[in-house]
Amino acid sequence: MGGFPILSVMLLVPLLAGVACLFVEAKAARTIALAATLIDLALGVVLWLNFDIGGPQWQFTERAPLFAGFSYALGIDGIALLLIVLSVFLMPICILASHSIEKRVGEYMAAFLFMEVLMIGVFAAQDLLLFYIFFEAGLIPMYLIIGIWGGQNRIYAAYKFFLYTLLGSVLMLIAMLWMVNEAGTTDIPTLMQYDFPVGAQTWLWLAFFASFAVKMPMWPVHTWLPDAHVQAPTAGSVILAGVLLKMGGYGFIRFSLPMFPEASAQFVWLIWGLSMAAVVITSLIALVQQDMKKLIAYSSVAHMAIVTVGLFAFNVQGLEGAMIVMLSHGLVSGALFLCVGVIYDRLHTREIDRYGGLAINMPKYALFFLLFTMASIGLPGTSGFVGEFLSLAGIYQANTWVTLVCATGIILGAGYMLYLYWRIAFGVQRNADAAAMPDLSLREWLMLGPIAAAVLWMGVYPESFLAPMRQDIAALDARLSRAAPEGDAHLVAGTPRAEAANAVEGTHDAAHGEAEGAH
Amino acid sequence: MQSILLIVFLPLLAAVVAGLGNRALGNTVAKSLTTGALFISCALSWPIFLGFLNGTAEAHVVPVLLWVQSGTLSFDWALRVDTLTAVMLVVITSVSALVHLYSWGYMDEDPDQPRFFAYLSLFTFAMLMLVTADNLVQMFFGWEGVGLASYLLIGFWFKKPSANKAAIKAFVVNRVGDLGFMLGIFGTFLVFQTTSIPEILAAAPGMSGSSVGFLGMRLQTMDVLCILLFIGAMGKSAQLGLHTWLPDAMEGPTPVSALIHAATMVTAGVFMVCRLSPMFETAPVALGMVTFIGAATCFFAATIGTTQWDIKRVIAYSTCSQLGYMFFAAGVGAYGAAMFHLFTHAFFKALLFLGAGSVIHAMHHEQDMRYYGALRKHIPFTFWAMMAGTLAITGVGVYWLHAGFAGFHSKDAILEVAFARGTELGTFAFWMGAIAALLTSFYSWRLMFLTFWGKPRWAASEHIQHAVHHGHDEPEEHNPPAQEDAGDEAVHHVPSPEHGDGTAGYHPHESPLTMLVPLGLLTLGAIFAGWVFSHAFLDDPAFWGDSIFYNEALIHQMHAVPLWVKLTATIVMLLGLFGAWLAYIRDTSIPGKFVEQFSLLHNFVYRKWYFDELYDLIFVKPAFWFGRQFWKRGDVGLIDRFGPDGAAWVVAKGSVAAKKMQSGYLYSYALVMLLGLVAAVTWVLM
Repeated sequence: MGGFPILSVMLLVPLLAGVACLFVEAKAARTIALAATLIDLALGVVLWLNFDIGGPQWQFTERAPLFAGFSYALGIDGIALLLIVLSVFLMPICILASHSIEKRVGEYMAAFLFMEVLMIGVFAAQDLLLFYIFFEAGLIPMYLIIGIWGGQNRIYAAYKFFLYTLLGSVLMLIAMLWMVNEAGTTDIPTLMQYDFPVGAQTWLWLAFFASFAVKMPMWPVHTWLPDAHVQAPTAGSVILAGVLLKMGGYGFIRFSLPMFPEASAQFVWLIWGLSMAAVVITSLIALVQQDMKKLIAYSSVAHMAIVTVGLFAFNVQGLEGAMIVMLSHGLVSGALFLCVGVIYDRLHTREIDRYGGLAINMPKYALFFLLFTMASIGLPGTSGFVGEFLSLAGIYQANTWVTLVCATGIILGAGYMLYLYWRIAFGVQRNADAAAMPDLSLREWLMLGPIAAAVLWMGVYPESFLAPMRQDIAALDARLSRAAPEGDAHLVAGTPRAEAANAVEGTHDAAHGEAEGAH
Repeated sequence: MQSILLIVFLPLLAAVVAGLGNRALGNTVAKSLTTGALFISCALSWPIFLGFLNGTAEAHVVPVLLWVQSGTLSFDWALRVDTLTAVMLVVITSVSALVHLYSWGYMDEDPDQPRFFAYLSLFTFAMLMLVTADNLVQMFFGWEGVGLASYLLIGFWFKKPSANKAAIKAFVVNRVGDLGFMLGIFGTFLVFQTTSIPEILAAAPGMSGSSVGFLGMRLQTMDVLCILLFIGAMGKSAQLGLHTWLPDAMEGPTPVSALIHAATMVTAGVFMVCRLSPMFETAPVALGMVTFIGAATCFFAATIGTTQWDIKRVIAYSTCSQLGYMFFAAGVGAYGAAMFHLFTHAFFKALLFLGAGSVIHAMHHEQDMRYYGALRKHIPFTFWAMMAGTLAITGVGVYWLHAGFAGFHSKDAILEVAFARGTELGTFAFWMGAIAALLTSFYSWRLMFLTFWGKPRWAASEHIQHAVHHGHDEPEEHNPPAQEDAGDEAVHHVPSPEHGDGTAGYHPHESPLTMLVPLGLLTLGAIFAGWVFSHAFLDDPAFWGDSIFYNEALIHQMHAVPLWVKLTATIVMLLGLFGAWLAYIRDTSIPGKFVEQFSLLHNFVYRKWYFDELYDLIFVKPAFWFGRQFWKRGDVGLIDRFGPDGAAWVVAKGSVAAKKMQSGYLYSYALVMLLGLVAAVTWVLM
């Protein structure tokens, strides 16, 4: 890229646009926001195309020392690249989905644009403190989006969201300060190679875990998510599910695993146990929900549990699978929330029973919804399958019990998603107002179409997404190998059986002779 | 030899165009497109099959695209063509093309035809991907793809609650099997470090003495893997325990039942076991399970078939039962015989379903055989087609001439080979199969006699009443009233006295040509498929090549079984026919008396051995109960109460005490932050 600071530009564009939005009227704010996010998307595509697969681990690096060893350092590897691309891909769609917002549009758009800055910042930061700032500041715009533009119970939801996430991050900050003190640097790539004393790793890992587990969210610190989703406006839900939840997974893959491999191995049963509980419990809870957004929120918790087991499988398939689940879930749950938004805009209720038979009056909507439902339950050919399959293939090599329990998610997931789809799209048209809703508008097509294409692309040819991170995952896998727990399924060789199970007695000729005799 | 690409992807293309174009495209264009694509696929498939039949074709793989590469785990999109695939190709494309054509007539009045045809073609694509898979993951793709199409087609009339329930049930129960399949793939990858089928099959014998860990146990590698994969096969092929979705799947339109739930999709499990036969041959315990489950299913499903009243459900249980035959044939090592029965069964079972569809069409959507009768003269073409199907499924033929209808060749071979295998399980399977053959003959003829013989009993049917009173011309009711659980006889009216002849003045009409042509062609299959292909499928190792494990010695023993074994199938077939004749023609009071006499037994069988009730009790209800408990008591009652709400309460109490000093949100954050710090420091100091 010849020294062009593309990452800084990607931060700057939404930042300036966001400031501008604060001072203009509604219509102009919408246009500015859409333009800025589209520019960032274009820059994201440039970033992806210019990313040198197989090149140096950290690319597009920028560094400006500030004070006390703390510097403005940006740079990405393949993992960060994919998550940045996901973020900039979802942002213009979110702006389009905010059509129905009429209150304080300028501030709303600004909040989203600042959100975008912080999201890109989290994934691009190469300095520990810079990361922390982006990571924690991301709470504020989301807090405001839920608290100001949310539903009726928005204050409670915003409060719960803030309380949970803040509690974890305090511990993480303390751990970070200790690490900087110990290693003498705030540079993340250096820290990723630094071998912290095994004893210290334990509590460092727990401090980071407190933050990431909440962000993920892992059971049992997930209860902020359903409320936040239910109260957030549609675009807020999309960003929350699409990108913010990925910060937890990104945290594990960037910090917990490479920096504290021994502690990660030590706490593997904590992660596995909570993930297994999450898959079963939240899937069952999703089965009995009456509120569309709550149902999808609970399904998110179950999907994120597949991410955590994949990450803590300590092998390439698990790690890559976890990454693909994150990307896929970002697209699919985002799309599902958009699907909810489409009909919420028409009928202003999230209650499942108020709908029904939409396949009759909204066939195109029903088709998109079906595709995303299938992607959510991991149908092969969609992105959901590739991630789930690789994650579970990874964890199988580590532990078969965990695999079995987590794989029940594919049964339960099919149950609650198809049950939802039946009540929304199939069945009779119970309510006249729901039956009169028009099919997708052009704007809604533009929101759902690109995501559908991406979901199928990732399902049929995931190589586009696996290739950029292959080298980084391999490096991480190599670093983890010294701590990886031994799997319970490993093969023990034995003496092969001499003949096939259904070999019948008598030689070939004898049998033939008998047959001749009998005739 | 790139025609395979066209064969597989033309149906996909047609499905996408018809599905996306939908109403904008119009019925005729959508129908022509999909049907045309299938006929082209079919026309291209037969030369491949004939090539393998006369030995000129060779197995090969056509690569398409890299799919996934993750560490050492890597698999591609690729199309494998060998004998086994070729057999499936002709079965799938032929039946699918005929079903497409048949649907022109059957679905003629439906307002949603493009969607229907798009689903049918989508299904065909997925099924073709399944049978051309060169690795286990692509097979799984097809596996789940057909599951999706099956879900969509069972629920095609999506206004009916029963159709939705059946569709979800089919998908979810199949997912239970798929869970096994997936674990099997993971285990296979762990052991062989590949998912490529040829590589696995080549390496399997070398692994037969090894052990792997599974759920804390240490078990024989190959047995574990094969049993896991077989659980997948049980789900898809509706074997005992995972069979409950298949009868309910009859909620779908009848052409769907013929294509998916008789001829093709449900046989995927058998195909999988045959495809992996060299692998299964290294796993005696797994093969024992295959034999046992197959034998048990063929008997169990046949018993239920004798008591059902819904014409489609009888055929559905019959399918379940016939799949059992195929499995135990595979279990005893006669994969050629299993595939042969799969092949013949596809034709005669599709014929029976389409014939039943023609009857249902003629009887204005009435499916209950209690309201049929005497249809022989009204719909003669359908009658003769069904007759050919019945002769084929019951296995009519003459041993000494080596000639008979399709089922005669394939089913008899399975019974003989099970006996010839000589093991206890083989003998068990033989007897189960023999009893099931008797029951098959009984329920098949019962179906024929109730439908085509006797006196008309149409007057009592709601559907017929509806047709007579409202005339034929009004728009068809496309979501016929939910077929209540067959036990609810109350939903049907008592015959009205004014029509003494029982016809209620209704005139059944023969189906249009688009429906009769497929029936005619399938009739040819039901008559000749066994006789023409018997030698190649059963006795010709050169035909199969390396595509399946061919046990030549066993086949020789099969031909050497005693005469009474060879005649068993024919004898029980005649007994079944006689029984059905006695009970449904000679003295029609016998069934009623029997039910009265053995009401306990009858109820048990009629209620389908109470599987649905049992599963509802131990799986479905608890799932919802636990869901509510985890939600209301867990998340709300426990986590929120002592978590965030509790913290809020503490903060609120605290702030009341310090109200004069400060107020506002910031304060609570600071307090929380402080608490966190204290906790962290305490922890470190400990």
